[in-house]
Amino acid sequence: MKDFVIPDDRDMGTPAKTGAPVTLTIDGFPVTVPEGTSVMRAAAEAGIAVPKLCATDSLEAFGSCRLCVVEIEGRRGTPASCTTPVAEGMAVHTQSSKVKKIRKGVMELYVSDHPLDCLTCSANGDCELQDMAGMVGLRDVRYTPGENHYDPSGTGARSQAEARLRLPGGEANPRYIRKDESNPYFTYDPSKCIVCSRCVRACEEVQGTFALTIEGRGFESRVKAGMEGDDFLSSDCVSCGACVQACPTATLQEKSVAEMGTPERSVVTTCAYCGVGCSFKAELNGDELVRMVPWKHGKANRGHSCVKGRFAYGYASHPDRILNPMIRDSIEEPWREVSWEEALDFAADRMRGIQERHGRKSVGVITSSRCTNEETYLVQKLTRAVFGNNNTDTCARVCHSPTGYGLGQTFGTSAGTQDFDSVEKMDVAVVIGANPTDGHPVFASRMKRRLREGAKLIVIDPRRIDLFEGPHVKAAHHLPLRPGTNVAVVTALAHVIVTEGLYDEAFIRERCDWDEFQAYAEFVSDRRHAPESTALLTGVNAQDLRAAARLYATGGNGAIYYGLGVTEHSQGSTTVMGLANLAMLTGNIGREGVGVNPLRGQNNVQGSCDMGSFPHELPGYRHVKGAEVREIFETAWGVEIDPEPGLRIPNMLDAAVDGSFKGLYCQGEDILQSDPDTKHVAAGLAAMDCVIVHDLFLNETANYAHVFLPGSSFLEKNGTFTNAERRINRVRKVMEPRNGYEDWEVTQLLANAMGGGWSYTHPREIMAEIAATTPSFAGVTYELLEEVGSVQWPCNEEHPVGTPLMHVDGFMRGKGRFLFTEYVATDEKTGPRFPLLLTTGRILSQYNVGAQTRRTANSIWHDEDVLEIHPHDAENRGVTDGDWVKLASRSGETALRARITERMSPGVVYTTFHHPGTQANVVTTDFSDWATNCPEYKVTAVQVSPSNGPTDWQEGYEAQAERARRILPAAE
Amino acid sequence: MRHAVPQPTVDDIREVIAPHLDREGPLLPILHAVQAAWGCVPDAAVPVIAEALNLSRAEVHGVVSFYHDFREAPAGRHVLRLCRAEACQAMGGKALSEAVLGKLGVSWGETTADGAVTVEPVYCLGLCACAPAAMVDGRVVGRADAARLDALLAEGAA
Repeated sequence: MKDFVIPDDRDMGTPAKTGAPVTLTIDGFPVTVPEGTSVMRAAAEAGIAVPKLCATDSLEAFGSCRLCVVEIEGRRGTPASCTTPVAEGMAVHTQSSKVKKIRKGVMELYVSDHPLDCLTCSANGDCELQDMAGMVGLRDVRYTPGENHYDPSGTGARSQAEARLRLPGGEANPRYIRKDESNPYFTYDPSKCIVCSRCVRACEEVQGTFALTIEGRGFESRVKAGMEGDDFLSSDCVSCGACVQACPTATLQEKSVAEMGTPERSVVTTCAYCGVGCSFKAELNGDELVRMVPWKHGKANRGHSCVKGRFAYGYASHPDRILNPMIRDSIEEPWREVSWEEALDFAADRMRGIQERHGRKSVGVITSSRCTNEETYLVQKLTRAVFGNNNTDTCARVCHSPTGYGLGQTFGTSAGTQDFDSVEKMDVAVVIGANPTDGHPVFASRMKRRLREGAKLIVIDPRRIDLFEGPHVKAAHHLPLRPGTNVAVVTALAHVIVTEGLYDEAFIRERCDWDEFQAYAEFVSDRRHAPESTALLTGVNAQDLRAAARLYATGGNGAIYYGLGVTEHSQGSTTVMGLANLAMLTGNIGREGVGVNPLRGQNNVQGSCDMGSFPHELPGYRHVKGAEVREIFETAWGVEIDPEPGLRIPNMLDAAVDGSFKGLYCQGEDILQSDPDTKHVAAGLAAMDCVIVHDLFLNETANYAHVFLPGSSFLEKNGTFTNAERRINRVRKVMEPRNGYEDWEVTQLLANAMGGGWSYTHPREIMAEIAATTPSFAGVTYELLEEVGSVQWPCNEEHPVGTPLMHVDGFMRGKGRFLFTEYVATDEKTGPRFPLLLTTGRILSQYNVGAQTRRTANSIWHDEDVLEIHPHDAENRGVTDGDWVKLASRSGETALRARITERMSPGVVYTTFHHPGTQANVVTTDFSDWATNCPEYKVTAVQVSPSNGPTDWQEGYEAQAERARRILPAAE
Repeated sequence: MRHAVPQPTVDDIREVIAPHLDREGPLLPILHAVQAAWGCVPDAAVPVIAEALNLSRAEVHGVVSFYHDFREAPAGRHVLRLCRAEACQAMGGKALSEAVLGKLGVSWGETTADGAVTVEPVYCLGLCACAPAAMVDGRVVGRADAARLDALLAEGAA
């Protein structure tokens, strides 16, 4: 394993600035920096480190520790270098005898209230207080112990070790506060705190949660989570780790470091959770992962993280993980552990046998949006080149397929238009059908930062999401629409913009087809699209809607951010087109701070779509009907490619029930839990002769599998992920795969067992094949990624280091296209039997089907799915908070506990789908998007009634799952 | 002894803070209004104020705990503040404090068992020329001595 050499990871003290160049001298060395830069940072640029404690380059300067004082010629006194901006011709001295004396005095005072336990401290070797004491040359502390915060015994001990000897097990110092261990991942030890406020400021500036404060004043000042009576767990803390990252001492410390010791090497890699795609440093001892630390040069996250990426990686070493291949003849039998060879031969024989009996098209694959681009590419290649059909689909089918279709139709590319940095220039954000603080927390923090700077927010969602209102953030408008009426609301927004003349005529004339616009304008101007006409249908107040439309059209840079609340509808694609229309109408496309930004659910949804996972498209979104496209791959692969599109996931399941589809290779996706209408999925799987599940765990789908191929975690393989901003980030192997093979190797083994004859030795060779065959990836190589960190596609001759902003000078398709967006009600309707609408989503601490996060301490925040219901609806049904309720729809029923909350609109209930015990998707229906078959998860007519506990179906399911997971011990 | 901490309802608290919401810098006036209503800033008020002002609980707690004048529990019927700053100490303030605390049988910050008097330290009342200084229910007293303070407290009790 090669350690990735981390370029320039020093702490520069204060954030970088932009401005006119200013030249000054530091200790005689000339240095030129942008105007507004601090003297401290200028010194760091010159290679001179000024001692500091309260400053770090992720936070604005604070000037409280007084350790960074310097002398400046012609100025009086000793200013703090962190809060002093540079000036032309300034001459700074960082090492005069005067400042050295001051620094030593300051350090001596700090250390007088800090225990001298360095050798046994969990931050030993990773402590800035220790470093600074060394740097200023502190050799003695002349103060005798008086009142202090560190000595539990109150006996005047200088270290906690000594205090324990003097008063074993005792506490006699009222100022001593015990360690707070309530958070599962880190501890807060007030006795080691120097009250530099870095944690408090990180929680405010970086994360935007404001969970921490300094309590009291003067010597009594202590860092406090929440208010009186709170600990970290009960406070507003979301466990993002920003405070731990900022802490210079052992006060806020990862429990893993306390347990395992300080890591000695690090490898930069990419988080495998959501579509933000944060860069992390995996810090290790040998091959033991000690902690994940957000990498400050990561272009998606800029040094920030959330509870999932930073802490919830323990699933990779969870005992539930399956490390040996297993097979069985039927799903009624227990699993048998076998060798890789036997498992692969078994799988290959079965798949070939099925194809011989039922035809070439009777088998297929499902690629995973959680696996790498290279792995996904191989899985679709498996079906196209080895199975000889186009039966490939991906979990993106059930989340963002309408994004690909809608944006492809209007703009010409199936991807978001911006990079995440663009949010820093945004003036008005429209957040529709997304809950960024839970689903995309790191991006939400960046957005909240911009909102605190004064940008305006419009929330369009049936729920009052957390972003709507919180510390220092309040949405200008909330349009609480009824689930299923997105198109009506979006078209009404366009109606207001067109009829009130708020559109950007110059932009439309230049960038779109004026005649097409005229027709569109006539369409949306019709009175049936007026907010007053649609109010009854959508439940959105017409005046609010008009005000929101005016704000978006006239408030400066308007950016639209959307999630699955837009796509997972019967008119998902129409809504995406409607949003694209809004951006074109108002000229909000093609520059920083604007655009249409899909927030992708999983780490590699973008990539899995790019890599040709869909049954009708070869890599790069090129239709299989195109002979010239097929020819490229036919030449590269040496096979003939079927010109007919293959089956989508729902078609595969239908065909399985009909008996014409018999074999499936499913990599890293749990369709049984995540796809709608669980009973139908189960019936489809049960009807197949060979289901091959390739995963870390025996997931719910594996209950119906005949072959289980153990997968490797993101820490155990090389590859790339493509995030929501089209950014191709490297995933680096930090340890050997515990199952023996990286996932791309397993796919290759299976292909070769079926006669594929593949011979890749490293994912870089797969990327080279992708680049050679797919124009938007033409310039992507592993060498380039090593050099520049990451690139956003298209990356080719025209854009050698990628494309942060799309459609800058013109749309990819030429002229932007306005499409009519007529509202058509979903067939899923409420009625007397099912009077409520269910919508589903997720929460911060859990991820998707929970296969990973349920196997970490994250469950402390969310150990079961609950049904959120408005007090009015609850009262009508005699339901009180915490009661078991039965949730029933036309498809099925399940039971879970109720949580009564005014976040919900009356008539709408909400739940998550993280726990297989609940199986929210038993209730959802098989209605889907008209264009892409993306399921309508977000609208299900339901009834809620009091219940005693789990339903018969849940108990039966539990029993079946338990039976299906039996494993026979390996034969001797 | 401490008086029982009042337990106002969320609606009670909202009513008290409502008139101040449109002010510029409303947090301190609101905290004063809450203390005027209940004699202290009850914990229950912190989340309600935070929600009303778009702040976090932690931020409000930080402000409340910063100012010693905001109480966690109501004071006694009278509040006696004794200056412990330099000038008053030089003029016998320490002996005066010891005498008063001893007589009332309380330590700093405590309230007498009958709920009559709370004694608190204060660091300078701006009355150094007339040290030692004290304050009884908001009235400053110069050249304070035990007898005078007794008399003032007795007067208030009557």
